Amino acid sequence: MTARGQTPAIVLFAGLALFPLAARFGADAYLVTLGARILIFALAALSLDFLVGQGALVSFGHAAYLGIGAYSVVLASIAGIDDLLAQALIAIVAAALFAALTGYVSLRASGVYYIMSTLAFGQMLYFLFVSLSALGGDDGYTLSSRSRLIGKPLLESDFSFYYLCLAALALAYLVLARVAKSRFGRALNAVRQNPLRARALGFRPFPFQVAACVIAGAIAGVAGTLLANQSEFVAPAFMSWQRSGELLVMTILGGVGSLWGAILGAITYLTLEETLSLLTDQTHLLIGPLLVVVAIFGSRGLAGALAPKSSGRAA
Amino acid sequence: MSPPLLSVEGLAKRFGALVVTDDVSFSLDEGRLAALIGPNGAGKTTLINQLSGALPSDGGRILFAGLDISAYDLPARAELGLARSFQITSVFPELSALENVALAVQARSGSSFRFFGRAAREEALNAPAWTALERVGLRARAGDLARELSHGEKRLLEIAMALALRPRLMLLDEPFAGLGSDETRAAVDLVRDLKSEYTMLLVEHDLDAVFALADEIGVLVNGRLIAWGTPDAIRADAGVRSAYLGEEALA
Repeated sequence: MTARGQTPAIVLFAGLALFPLAARFGADAYLVTLGARILIFALAALSLDFLVGQGALVSFGHAAYLGIGAYSVVLASIAGIDDLLAQALIAIVAAALFAALTGYVSLRASGVYYIMSTLAFGQMLYFLFVSLSALGGDDGYTLSSRSRLIGKPLLESDFSFYYLCLAALALAYLVLARVAKSRFGRALNAVRQNPLRARALGFRPFPFQVAACVIAGAIAGVAGTLLANQSEFVAPAFMSWQRSGELLVMTILGGVGSLWGAILGAITYLTLEETLSLLTDQTHLLIGPLLVVVAIFGSRGLAGALAPKSSGRAA
Repeated sequence: MSPPLLSVEGLAKRFGALVVTDDVSFSLDEGRLAALIGPNGAGKTTLINQLSGALPSDGGRILFAGLDISAYDLPARAELGLARSFQITSVFPELSALENVALAVQARSGSSFRFFGRAAREEALNAPAWTALERVGLRARAGDLARELSHGEKRLLEIAMALALRPRLMLLDEPFAGLGSDETRAAVDLVRDLKSEYTMLLVEHDLDAVFALADEIGVLVNGRLIAWGTPDAIRADAGVRSAYLGEEALA
């Protein structure tokens, strides 16, 4: 990846870093809260784009990892662990395990059957948490406070929380962009572009695809820990299949395969949803046609429209 | 005496009631170039698919350097040193020509589970890839995306990818298909040049090329191997004449 190819990502992150300052001028603290929420979903969409864009693995159960991350915060705080890094570590391990197990099973199927089995696993987890009355069941669980960071209540400020989310997003972007360029990423890409050819060279798709699921799941798990902190509340609805669908919409809207496109997709989708909700209750009646337009006219999404040359897949 | 590099015994393949490979047996010694010929629908590509492991067989055995590889799948056979090209050009369209070949180098040279180093900057991958591209005459196109190459260049790229695997046996499925006459001449020269270093089995329609290159020729008709022998023996074979070649082709 050349420095030039990174320009859209640099501009995007610079904009995100300046956003709270602009919001402060506007004297609307709510914007920063909303901004953090958008960054968290951008993180989840980014991890999904790694799966879809690099591996052609269209997961319809990605919200499960948001749920795993969020409930990791709940369980950890019940156990007296209130440090965000420790909670994130628990979330990463739990999400990676879930990804490895479900990937191991789901990846025996391909195409639409793979999509269906990821959906099924997501729903299984959803109903598991609905039935866990100790954690509030369907009603969810209210956290007594946000997690602490290095022993200090750093997350209580919406500004510092925003920048924490931005740091997580930037780190995840750098890691995934790097992995996409590695030997592993190249092989994963080869399997996506031409599975028969890849196998004829000696690459077995399965281990690469399972590993991709683990990487994407772990990152979405971190997004879940942040989401729990952002809302100070966790419910099974975090991992509903509608939520998985929204993550896919953000990824596709942004343009599959460029990684930064998914971030742009999340920003666009959630901003639209928020703005349109001021006008009407039926926001999706308006967002729907937009998606149809993107699907028909710009299969490479916003990233393809903004940077046709450099929006190519990260490998 | 060491066993033949490739030995095929009673190989069979059926699609429903249709017998596509019918009790095929032959063997190929190291360093030889064999060509399979036969009319359209004779089952040549099916046989290549069975040999490379892309298609499981319904009967018979395949021995590779004495090892029974009948149960090995495509990646496992590739790891053993069986490299193949495809009748319908098969490359990685979104990667550059160099990256296509570097992937082949990566496939045979150790771990692909490295997550951080930039593959594009690894000399250990790029140097052998350059050599293979040079060998097939594609050095000038190294940086271009594979999908931007001409048909003939893609065929050469496939051969470069096979070379980069450092194979013990190359299976080439119609390497000259769809090439213009100049391109064919260059590709035939390339295969002749590679002959001294690699054992090759190729399927080909171009009889001039086959008779110019092959040490041994097999004739496949309706899934049966009706003859196997030197070019001279095949030319003289009355059964082959009546079944397939026609008098003028042998003149």
